[in-house]
This record gives sequence, C-alpha cells and structure tokens, in this order.
Amino acid sequence: MKIEVRNLSKKYKDNHALKNISFNLEEPKIYGLLGRNGAGKTTFMDILSGQILASDGQILIDGENPFDNQRLTESICLIKEGHNFRKDLKVKNVLKIYSFFYPNWDQDLAEALIKEYNLNLNSKVKTLSKGMESALGITVGLASKAPITIFDEPYIGLDAPSRKKFYEIMLEEYQAEKRTIIFSTHLIDEVSLLFEEVLILQEGSLILQEESEILRDNTVAVSGTIEEVEAFLSDKEVIEKKQLAGMMTAYVYGNMEEAKMQGLHVEGIPIQELMIYLTERKKGA
Amino acid sequence: MRKSLDENKPIFLQIKEQLEDSIIDGNMKAGERVPSTNEFAAYYKINPATAAKGINELVSESILFKRRGVGMFVTEDAKEILIKKYKKSFYNNYVLPLKNEARKLRINENELMEMVKREDNQ
Repeated sequence: MKIEVRNLSKKYKDNHALKNISFNLEEPKIYGLLGRNGAGKTTFMDILSGQILASDGQILIDGENPFDNQRLTESICLIKEGHNFRKDLKVKNVLKIYSFFYPNWDQDLAEALIKEYNLNLNSKVKTLSKGMESALGITVGLASKAPITIFDEPYIGLDAPSRKKFYEIMLEEYQAEKRTIIFSTHLIDEVSLLFEEVLILQEGSLILQEESEILRDNTVAVSGTIEEVEAFLSDKEVIEKKQLAGMMTAYVYGNMEEAKMQGLHVEGIPIQELMIYLTERKKGA
Repeated sequence: MRKSLDENKPIFLQIKEQLEDSIIDGNMKAGERVPSTNEFAAYYKINPATAAKGINELVSESILFKRRGVGMFVTEDAKEILIKKYKKSFYNNYVLPLKNEARKLRINENELMEMVKREDNQ
C-alpha cells in the first residue's frame, strides 16, 4: 500500500510535535523510523494508524485518509511499547478479538509465537510481566499480517534472545510475503541490517529519508592528520569532526574509494552512529 | 561463510565480495549453485533486498547466471573475470598501502624490493 504524507503537522497546545512533513513510502519494505525522544515518531505513527487526527496536512493510504476508515484500519496494525490490550482480557481472548479484526490473521503463526514465548493462553493481560506483554504485542503484530504493520518500540522488558527471535520471525514473514513494516526503536544496532530504508525525524521535521545501503555507501569516517583530512573535506558536507593530538576524524558525505586514494584511514558509519551525529548537529543549527 | 557482517561497509558489497572470494579460492566452482537471496538474508539477518543487490551485481558482471525457478549459478568464466578484475585493483589495494607504510618506517626502495623477493620461511 502506498503511503503519502503531505504537509503533515500536529500541535499539542504550544508544542509542535510534527512540523509540516512530507514524504512517500511507495513500496512494501522494512522501514526504520528513527529519531531522539520527542522527535515526533509516535505522533506520526498514531496519525498513520488512524488513532488521532492531524492538525494540518494529511496522510493518504492508497489515496484515502485512515482516520475513521474501516477498510484501512483493518489493513494497519500498530503495536506500541505497552498498553496495547485491555488488562482484564485473557491472552486467548486477545488473540480471538484480533483474529476477527484482521482479515489476513494467521492463527498458526500466532500459536507458534505463543509457544515460542511461553505465554499462557489463560493468563490475564494484567498478570503478564512487561516482557510477556511485549511478547503478546509482537505476536499480534506479526500474526495480523496487516499490509501495514507498525512496531513502535515493541519490546520493552523483552530479553535479548526473545528480541533475536522476533527479528528472525519478522524477517521470515517478510520474505514469505512482502508487506510494509515500519519499525521504530532506540536499539538501532540490533535491527539496522533489516532496514531497507531509513527515515530520521528531528524535532518534528524529517531530516533524512534514504535507502540504508546508499547511506552506508555514501557516508564515511575519515581519519588522518588535520591537514590531510581538511583537504579531503574542502568540497564536502561535513556531519561531525573531532581532533586529538594533531589527528582528525571527520564524518562526511563522501565516497570510500576517494578517501582511500588520498591515503586516509577510512571507515563506514553504522546507522546508529549516523543518527546520533545527525541529530546532534541539527539541534544547535 | 563469515560469522557476521561488518556494519561499517555496505552490506551488499560484503555479500558480493564473499561470493567473489569463494569463486577465486575455488571453493565455489563453475556451474555450482550459490546460496539464494533468502538464504543469505536468513543467515546474516539482513534485508533480502540488500542481499539481492549484491547477487544481482554479480549477475550483471557475468559472474553468476540465473536459472529460472532453480537458482543462481557460477558461470563458466567467473573465475577468469574475477582474477582480471582483482589484478586491476591489486596496486591500489595492496601495493600502495605497502609503499606508504614503508615510507613511514623509512624502509627504502631497495630494502622493500628485497623483502618482496625474500623466500617465505615455509
């Protein structure tokens, strides 16, 4: 499903959570939605899933507004970091409700995940630990098979092996059937290899949208003497630089081969680091 | 197959180079089937589109060819093509850094030549 975001703004009293952002998500891909706390990620996902209204502008999904739109709501599944389910429901009832709601619901997958995460079907949501509740969220999100599945920091309290399992199954499901997965997390290093495209929000604005491989290909950290590095930087956009004892490391938009040819020490920049430098830089600017 | 990939480099390049290495080393021979996009993706936990990019570049360079519905295979000329390609970059990738390091350590040209010619101990 095609997602068009047009001049989208959201204001909470004096706080501009989203400031006139526009972009498209054209194809079913795994998208990483990144940004610091308060960047507007959750607000965006709430509007996308039709849970709240924009103050200005709109999101169109296959040309339609998702708010109060039955056909679209059953195509979108948003799993948040908590409070996804009513506390007094039993696990099996949660599954039942969602299975009625989502036309593509995969009961076999739901059961396999319940078993994988050792969830008791007869437990009430309020008795689940944080990690268990997250596991239930992940189960619903994956089994919904919604053409647009959104995970907003879905694994609070979930241990590392369980998160790993989640990534594996998400990848398997995505391989079996492409769908749009929007993934927002602060544990970027763990999942960044799964992202096909990355979006970074900063203080309500979109500061980057790019394929992750193009990012890895076009951003480099170069080190050398201050003169050498400065010479390399002359015609480039610098993200960040630091120096120590006559040596300098600079993070720039540039090509690895070119930097190597100039005898500089060259490394790529993992997406997590890139996000950190970009959002630190833009803050003061 | 390496245990994991290096996030400091484009992932598709590493998939590509890994296959190239296996072909040059002779671990993968002409006519052999290479792992599929999905197999690479599952093994390294990477986006399948990324793995596909690496494999597709090898197809366009005639290192691999596609048999519809069966998979990707190493071409007859793959090894020769790769050796030619890597020879071209050998100077930049190996000789140039060697010379730079030698200069730093004040190893002159004669000393360096001597070392290059020296018989390996084994």
